[in-house]
Amino acid sequence: MSAVADHNKTRTFGTTDWRRLLSPTGNTGDAIFRVLMFLMAMLMVSIVVAKVIALTSDSLMSIRQFGFGFLLGREWNPVKGEFGALPFIYGTVVSSLIALLISVPFSLGIAIFLVEQAPLYIARPVGFLVELLAAIPSVVYGLWGIFVLAPFLRVYVEPFLARWLGWTPFFRGQMTGIGLLTGGIILAIMVTPIISAVVRDVLTAVPGSQREAALALGATKWEMIRVVLVNGAPGIAGAIILGLGRALGETMAVTMVIGNRPDISLSLFEPSYTIASAIANEFTEATDNLYLSALVELGLILFLVTFVVNGMARVLVWNVLRKTGGVGRAA
Amino acid sequence: MSSLSVADQRRRISSAVMTSLTALCTIMVVGALLIILGYIAIQGIGSLNVRFLIDSPRPVGEGGGIGNAIIGSLVLLSLSSALGLPIGISVGVYLSEIGRGRFAGMIRFIVDTLTGIPSIVTGVFVYAILVLPMKHFSAFAGGIALALIMVPIVARTTEEMLKLVPHSLREGALALGAPQWRVTLGVIIPAAAPGIATGAMLAIARISGETAPLLFTAFGSRFFPTTLNEPIASLTVQIYNYAISPYDEWHAQAWAATLVLMTLILGINIVVRLITRKRF
Repeated sequence: MSAVADHNKTRTFGTTDWRRLLSPTGNTGDAIFRVLMFLMAMLMVSIVVAKVIALTSDSLMSIRQFGFGFLLGREWNPVKGEFGALPFIYGTVVSSLIALLISVPFSLGIAIFLVEQAPLYIARPVGFLVELLAAIPSVVYGLWGIFVLAPFLRVYVEPFLARWLGWTPFFRGQMTGIGLLTGGIILAIMVTPIISAVVRDVLTAVPGSQREAALALGATKWEMIRVVLVNGAPGIAGAIILGLGRALGETMAVTMVIGNRPDISLSLFEPSYTIASAIANEFTEATDNLYLSALVELGLILFLVTFVVNGMARVLVWNVLRKTGGVGRAA
Repeated sequence: MSSLSVADQRRRISSAVMTSLTALCTIMVVGALLIILGYIAIQGIGSLNVRFLIDSPRPVGEGGGIGNAIIGSLVLLSLSSALGLPIGISVGVYLSEIGRGRFAGMIRFIVDTLTGIPSIVTGVFVYAILVLPMKHFSAFAGGIALALIMVPIVARTTEEMLKLVPHSLREGALALGAPQWRVTLGVIIPAAAPGIATGAMLAIARISGETAPLLFTAFGSRFFPTTLNEPIASLTVQIYNYAISPYDEWHAQAWAATLVLMTLILGINIVVRLITRKRF
């Protein structure tokens, strides 16, 4: 059922005229204009449909060959024609979780500081600076990651972690500065501006009466902030999921620092591989059709997962902003 | 203050500690930004000179530059803007001025969700529908990939900006007898034009930093572009290739190219900020 046709349900008169059918005003220009704009909107739907169809049809060979086993296969060996996505799924999920673990407290801290504490003449420029972090391209983070962050982690952070937390399985092995931990930290820097921007919107949308009520009951500033956080909880959850979606699909920076080795290891020092970086790295090298098909299937998985994750996040954030009449500024 | 109970004192202290921690978080993140930007400036400035900006790449040890990549990026940005801006703005117009009810809600949801789809997926998609049938990489494919990333961003900012235009303006124009298309094109869009332009500039800044969707669409090249039907260089892909190369000279060139790219992107962001400072 199209929206254009929807409009005309109430206007049964003049249905013989094609212009009335397309526009409530019955004006020729309006009819053409509305149809054109409607087609552009339909283009958005067709892009999504085309993506699903194109990615599915180009990965059919791999889907037929491996079935659901593709998701659980641990071996990725183009020479032998063995393709299993589990190492990539593991690397993607773990690096994204590390990113969220680091980024969420910082993002919440920034949002709380900017919305609840800082006076406007500080909040505005500082907010802009935080948003600038989101403007830095992925490949630039990667460059910085290779030449600055990785050596820093190798020399200072990883020996420290190995010394104090080396008894856990997570901080063992060779300290190269290239691996899951570095990928996670780079991702954390990259998703912080995204999460904090949405949390800022959510906190701004919490009504002032909540703050006043808490303070009037004798709450300290921090207790008042906790009330605000509880009020915005669904929106904050949405912001975090949005950050997750971004982290899952982030490509260049991760590719440059994660080591690109399809192994599953508990240790965060070990090189790993993500879905996105496997595609970026191997796509132009894929020599046979099955190899290419397996890589496209990785792309299909990434598309479906990020589509669902982003959709969920939007619903959560929209609900909070709509309920309180806030305006979405979130990018 | 001696009248405060121990519990109250504890509450006050924890409040003070937590609120200063939020300030500390902010300082650390802004510090990270300054460190990254500072590093780029210091590392990049060394290899930056006019020759570097106009020369094309040469083998290791012979210098060379990023002239072809700068031109290539500009070509790709123009291509994608020519495609993506009209479509994006149209979708924004639809969402703000025409679409109502569930269907428009669905379009809005899809557009919003598309902004979060990883750009590498768009690269694979364009490879599947354009590069495979054409059997070669091309500037066209790269431009289309970037346009696909641009459209949802432009659509949403355009919608937001159009919604800021007061309803009285629409009603006034309609009351004068103008049809909707003339009201929209002649009154509403011009009223929102500065906002739409800002959104467009931010979208251009965003896609000028994209690398992943170009890797297997525009691919890259070591020469100046001659036609749109062949692989084309871009700043970002050049930075990537130099960064993962084993040569110090190319690493230095990657930093210098990054400085050029960041100047463009930060320039756009700061200009937009200065223009819109009064309105937001």
